[in-house]
Amino acid sequence: MAKEMLNEVRLDLPATPASIAKLELGSIVYLNGIVYTAREGVYDTILTHGAELPIDLANISNVNFHCSPAAARTDDGGYHIGGVTATASFRFSKYLERWLDLTKTKIIIGKGGMPVEDYKNIFVPRGAVYLTTVGYGTGALLGRGVQGVEAVYWLDELGIAQAMWVFRVKDFGPFLVDSDLQGNSLFAQQGELINKNIESLYAGLKAPALHRYGETGNRKKELM
Amino acid sequence: MITNASIENASYEIMRQAAIDIPDDYLNGIKSVAAKESEQLSGFVIKTMIKNYAVATEDRRPMCADTGLPRYYVKVGDDAHFEGGFTGIERALRSATARATLDVPLRPNRVHPLWRTENNNNVGINAPEVEWSFEPEADWIDITTVHKGGLFGTDYRMLFPGDGIDGIKRFLLDTLIAFGKRGLCCQPAIVGVGLGGSKDTCMQLGKQAACLRVVGDRNPDPKIAEIELELKDLGNRIGMGAMGFVGSSMVVDLHIEVGHTHTGGMPMSVHTFCLSSRRATARLQADGNIEYRTDPKWFTPYHRRETIVWEGAKNG
Repeated sequence: MAKEMLNEVRLDLPATPASIAKLELGSIVYLNGIVYTAREGVYDTILTHGAELPIDLANISNVNFHCSPAAARTDDGGYHIGGVTATASFRFSKYLERWLDLTKTKIIIGKGGMPVEDYKNIFVPRGAVYLTTVGYGTGALLGRGVQGVEAVYWLDELGIAQAMWVFRVKDFGPFLVDSDLQGNSLFAQQGELINKNIESLYAGLKAPALHRYGETGNRKKELM
Repeated sequence: MITNASIENASYEIMRQAAIDIPDDYLNGIKSVAAKESEQLSGFVIKTMIKNYAVATEDRRPMCADTGLPRYYVKVGDDAHFEGGFTGIERALRSATARATLDVPLRPNRVHPLWRTENNNNVGINAPEVEWSFEPEADWIDITTVHKGGLFGTDYRMLFPGDGIDGIKRFLLDTLIAFGKRGLCCQPAIVGVGLGGSKDTCMQLGKQAACLRVVGDRNPDPKIAEIELELKDLGNRIGMGAMGFVGSSMVVDLHIEVGHTHTGGMPMSVHTFCLSSRRATARLQADGNIEYRTDPKWFTPYHRRETIVWEGAKNG
């Protein structure tokens, strides 16, 4: 996996199946076009409470960003977008199968990736991949990439952090490819490499005086 | 006399500075961590973050859109004269928080824990937090704001005296590995370790150690200073770098604060102040001048005292 240079890719949106198929783990990605935000507030509004999709996402944007912008309304009725940062995606696992089916979304962007089982069971059959933000917290770089707000939905009901924002973006990134169409995961591969060293870090340390309910003795496990 | 208006203005200004400008000590710390990082992915992440700091300052945008939970630390000099009383300071801090949220803009993060309702201004019940400290022979007020995320990277455990330094290492490793995977705690971080006190004090000390001491600062107790460096090195030997990729960039610096504790216990907390370590301090002088800096200077000798009386303090 350790390549000499990280690949850099620029994708025009909506992303085509061919361009998605070419994405390799660890490549750096910049986006041009339309992306939208949706997290638990929007997922619940539509998937749990049955609201209609406010726009024809399948034809407008196939990129769902797990993001809450630092934004404020301006006096002229527009929006001032400051920083833009992703939120941890693993919490939205339970929504994604129905969401991808409903919206035809092909790229999920967020923080920290999702479990490999989700890639294999949900993403791969639907031709979707996951891009992770970098850092985390390149709020200023991503904020600069937002050219404008095309629309915002449920702002009053859900608030700035949970509303559905539709952004026009240019040179929006960088992101790193975490999953490919085979269901491989960069985070999982890197985690396995790190796990090899973990036992040795604890070697020689005496056992704790008090164990606790809920504690795992297996430090190769992830919390998610 | 320090006016209530100048307290609010200074608080508003540090909200903006903290959100936008990375403190120099952290920037230099992250650069030296980056210089030692030999892994490509982890190195790329840090280089990108350094670019992000520059863009934030250039565009006057928040470096991270997750405002965290903005909060204040206020140190009042024994001889400071200010108008409006202590509740006036609290009003000024709330007003500054709400105005900065709208103007910078900052993401309104604060919601009611059960109803998820919000005021859209980062103000609410017990929010923002304000912690107070006092200083003898001083006529100024220091106000520090910290914007720290809060979902991942913090943990508490009751250790016992018999666990000793091994127990401390074990819990530190547990916390950094658990929350370092996939970079959930946004490392490389300034790690704060609280040791002792009661449980709540232990959490408070660890958080203050992470957020209120600058990179390179050492605990004045030379033996604790040694443990700080030993634990920092341990964290960087996990083999984990930025975003949980293979690497050596986990800990930019590690600070320990202690408090006298129950004779049978050794409570420990771990806190990680992230790649967007946001803090800024204003000193309101008696003559009306306001000076801005990024070192909170919170842990003064008086603050860490273990005696009943203190030379220079009023001492009743």
